[in-house]
Amino acid sequence: MPNAFWCVVEDDRAGHPKKVMAEVLAEAARLSGGRAEAVWLTDRAEPDGLRRLAEWGAGKIWLVEHPGLAPYRGEVWAPVVAGLVAAQAPRAILGAVTSRQREFLARLAARLGVGFAADVVGLAMDGDRLVATRPVYAGKLLARVAWARPPWIATLRPNVFKPADPVAGREPQIERPTVTVPDGALRLAERREEVSTGLPELSEAELVVSGGRGLKGPENFVILERLAAVIGAAVGASRAAVDAGWRPHRFQIGQTGRTISPKLYLGFGISGAIQHLAGMRTSKLIVAVNKDPEAPIFKIADYGIVGDLFEVVPALTEEFKKLLGK
Amino acid sequence: MKILVPVKQVPDTATQVKVGQDARQIETGGITWIISPYDEFAVEEALRIKEKRGEGEVVVVSLGPDRVKEALRSALAMGADRAIHVNDPAFNEADTLLTARVLAAVIKQEAPALVIVGRQAIDDDMGAVPAQLAELLGWPSLYWVMEAAIDAGGRTIRAGRQVEGGLEVFEAPLPCVLTAQKGLNEPRYPTLKGIMGAKKKEIKDLRADDLGVAPESAQLSIVRLETLPPRPPGRIIGGDVREAAHELVRALREEAKAI
Amino acid sequence: MRVELTEEQEMIRAMAREFADKEIRPIAADIDRGARFPQETVRRMGALGLLGMTIPPVWGGSGADAVSYAVAVEEIAKACASHAVVMSVNNSLFCEPVHKHGTEEQKKRFLVPFASGARIGCFALTEPQAGSDATNQATLAVRDGDHYVVNGRKLFVTNGREAAAALVFCQTDRALGHHGISALLIEKGTPGFGVPRVEDKLGLRASDTAEFVFEDCRVPVGNRLAGEGMGFKIAMGALDGGRIGIAAQAVGIAAGAWELALAYARERKSFGVPIGQHQMVQWMLADMATAIDAARLLTLKAAWLKDAGQPFGTVAAMAKLFAAETAMKVATDAVQVHGGYGYITDYPVERYFRDAKITQIYEGTSQIQKLVIARAVLGEA
Ligand SMILES: Cc1cc2nc3c(=O)[nH]c(=O)nc-3n(C[C@H](O)[C@H](O)[C@H](O)COP(=O)(O)OP(=O)(O)OC[C@H]3O[C@@H](n4cnc5c(N)ncnc54)[C@H](O)[C@@H]3O)c2cc1C
Ligand SMILES: Cc1cc2nc3c(=O)[nH]c(=O)nc-3n(C[C@H](O)[C@H](O)[C@H](O)COP(=O)(O)OP(=O)(O)OC[C@H]3O[C@@H](n4cnc5c(N)ncnc54)[C@H](O)[C@@H]3O)c2cc1C
Repeated sequence: MPNAFWCVVEDDRAGHPKKVMAEVLAEAARLSGGRAEAVWLTDRAEPDGLRRLAEWGAGKIWLVEHPGLAPYRGEVWAPVVAGLVAAQAPRAILGAVTSRQREFLARLAARLGVGFAADVVGLAMDGDRLVATRPVYAGKLLARVAWARPPWIATLRPNVFKPADPVAGREPQIERPTVTVPDGALRLAERREEVSTGLPELSEAELVVSGGRGLKGPENFVILERLAAVIGAAVGASRAAVDAGWRPHRFQIGQTGRTISPKLYLGFGISGAIQHLAGMRTSKLIVAVNKDPEAPIFKIADYGIVGDLFEVVPALTEEFKKLLGK
Repeated sequence: MKILVPVKQVPDTATQVKVGQDARQIETGGITWIISPYDEFAVEEALRIKEKRGEGEVVVVSLGPDRVKEALRSALAMGADRAIHVNDPAFNEADTLLTARVLAAVIKQEAPALVIVGRQAIDDDMGAVPAQLAELLGWPSLYWVMEAAIDAGGRTIRAGRQVEGGLEVFEAPLPCVLTAQKGLNEPRYPTLKGIMGAKKKEIKDLRADDLGVAPESAQLSIVRLETLPPRPPGRIIGGDVREAAHELVRALREEAKAI
Repeated sequence: MRVELTEEQEMIRAMAREFADKEIRPIAADIDRGARFPQETVRRMGALGLLGMTIPPVWGGSGADAVSYAVAVEEIAKACASHAVVMSVNNSLFCEPVHKHGTEEQKKRFLVPFASGARIGCFALTEPQAGSDATNQATLAVRDGDHYVVNGRKLFVTNGREAAAALVFCQTDRALGHHGISALLIEKGTPGFGVPRVEDKLGLRASDTAEFVFEDCRVPVGNRLAGEGMGFKIAMGALDGGRIGIAAQAVGIAAGAWELALAYARERKSFGVPIGQHQMVQWMLADMATAIDAARLLTLKAAWLKDAGQPFGTVAAMAKLFAAETAMKVATDAVQVHGGYGYITDYPVERYFRDAKITQIYEGTSQIQKLVIARAVLGEA
């Protein structure tokens, strides 16, 4: 359909779209008044994968299934999609912020000679044009950007846009355009799966769970580790916990320990002494659990629960498990 | 083997950035400028490839106003052989596509065997130039490269790109474009000798005319820069433990989008 | 008059600062506590060209000017004063005199490896009875054919344990007093050259301060720097340059302590406001900032005069005096700003306080600098 908003499918490399596509499709549908379509380049698309796209709001699915399309190679994908664009004239082409889509959509924009906005956190129509909001300068500022002409090409940051409620049983409308898939110059030599190292390293972790004197003993850190494992967080500690010998010094957060600024810091049984705050106050989001409502850590916390950590931690762990489907 | 490395000068990460008068650019007064850190990985990798092969030339290129010379000089101090400075007011508001066009024009003149670029510049965090460059040149590209090795004959490269959950190692014929990811290497400090020698190395100045690139208007432009909304006051979540835990997780997912 | 660094000097500052912040600062507290000489980082400083900064490249050095040297020492000292003194002694007190007075042959052996940082050198002037009064040398070097036979003791030799060679000042003719002092280059491992002791110190703990004992130590005559009796002049000349290095070290210590105080004054609250809002704390911070800038400018002036080939000894003495006094005062006040935390070893500021003191003592005490300056202004050189 001309003027459609195309959504380039990010998949699990096994025939199913990733969940982020529910967000991208919903946003595309919202902006276009229901003209969201999916474009899927893959070596294999499973029927339930296709159905899922339809349920998430893809009015049509442009499916190019070809062994040469996996693994992703920019120089192979770009001409394929550019050919479709020439024929169908979509108004926007959106993708998710993943390593390959960042590259692919930039490449496609260059081929089409149009603008590209990466890592978008907000989209809005301003009359006849699309305006995107994206963080710049390491998130210190926000930039509003606009395109000179369509198709407007962008990648959308996951977990930011609201996914649509899936419409169960919606049948996918599949179009299989005839296209030539070029050979490409890149040859895959090997694929190495990551060896899981367990929990992430403290200073690099995006999520940090931290425990203080309130944990009462080294054995109780197990409950924090369990919570951390569920959400993929690193485990840190206050100096009180380190000095007591419950955790090695390299896990200490604060003025005389590590300085961290994760996306999310969750502190349990930590009072929030100034020396501790010095090491974590730049965290993007701070959550505190403490049984003392006057604990200073609540002053800088975005969310707080006043309560006994020995009850709150297991309850939280359960909730996270439910949320993350673990 | 000639290796070309585009570098971008960006404000130091520790610098406070403020929105400028016109609300479309930042206030540049008082800023400390550095080479974008990912570009340093790129320069380092180019130098290592040259050192390992025992021959070759590393050329650094930057697009920007006069101050950009400092960034080029830093790259020369690290060991790059010469530099090209594309300095033309016509490119003042270049978007990634125009930047890529300019760099592609330089690359056509220079004809390197390999182009290495940082995965993204830490000012606009767009990360688009390397892929766009590759597309304009019609070269293959590999993003987020964590390891790279060139065959003895200098005709193909074997490079591993970081993907969700692992590493994909590809073989590619040269020329090609790589983007340098953190972890590819540890960039060197410029030595005193390197710093002292940098001023003797050539920095060639080029303008739009020299490259035959028509200064066109940007395909993507900044409408407005804004500061972040202030941090909202914290919220104490009440209720019994179960309810509170549920509400907290919901808020983290839906309001804060942190999980 | 222009008071600004060249682009090249700025690049050197940036490099030294980055290296200091990333490689030295993280280990500074640890090596201080353990009194551990930082071999690895010193080796890397050598590779970067920081240990032979003002020596021409043909002799293994970097060919930089004295201003760059001062700027780099300051940046290193801001993170760790011990690293800075290793750098200052090797540059100013070993490489510079060897470069200035050495023969071709001597430079090949005693300059190239040292200026390039492959080895480090040291400067042995002080003796038990010869501190401020350096003329009062007792170590004896007696000619025996084509060798000198050296006997005596040297004290407080910076880099003494780690160095591969020492510039040792000895009496070759007692009757001539300080006109009978000669400078010998003596390699470690020469029979009769012992290092019996390394001092345990208040500050600068990661730098080794050693005692040397010479017992019938035979040193080839070819290892003598310049003529017999030239030793005292060589020592004084080296110390003139060295004072620029120590002044820069003191500026760095002061600036490092000041940065800590400033950060703490913003962070720490009392009576409901950050302590930096209290006027008396502001007063301290203002005085510190003013003194540091004055000390830095004086140091750079001495370096600039040296680069311009003009007499710089008196200004270097002024810079060393003023910077050392500033370092001590600023470090003391920086501890004060920290209150009780400043007195606790967990906070880095106490290390700056301990390290600052030595700058008032070595390479001529503050009192001796005043003597030098007074003589110069009174015209009694
Ligand atoms: C020189 C110096 C350097 C320092 N450097 C650091 C540093 O780098 N990092 C650091 O963290 N600290 C540092 N400190 C220590 C700091 O001042 C605090 O003493 C320390 O942070 C306190 O740790 P805490 O919050 O775990 O313990 P406390 O202050 O004792 O707080 C424990 C908290 O747990 C709560 N609690 C207890 N039981 C429960 C329960 N069952 N459920 C929920 N909450 C509970 C309590 O209400 C209390 O708020 C330093 C101190 C000094 C003097
Ligand atoms: C950590 C450290 C590293 C050192 N490194 C080296 C080195 O690498 N090489 C080396 O040769 N030496 C080195 N020294 C020695 C240092 O240079 C001497 O300690 C210094 O010159 C002072 O000599 P002194 O200790 O004998 O004190 P003294 O000369 O005994 O002085 C004692 C006091 O008397 C004052 N005084 C002395 N004479 C006069 C005077 N005429 N007028 C007014 N006041 C006077 C002094 O100012 C001082 O306050 C080092 C010392 C230390 C502690």
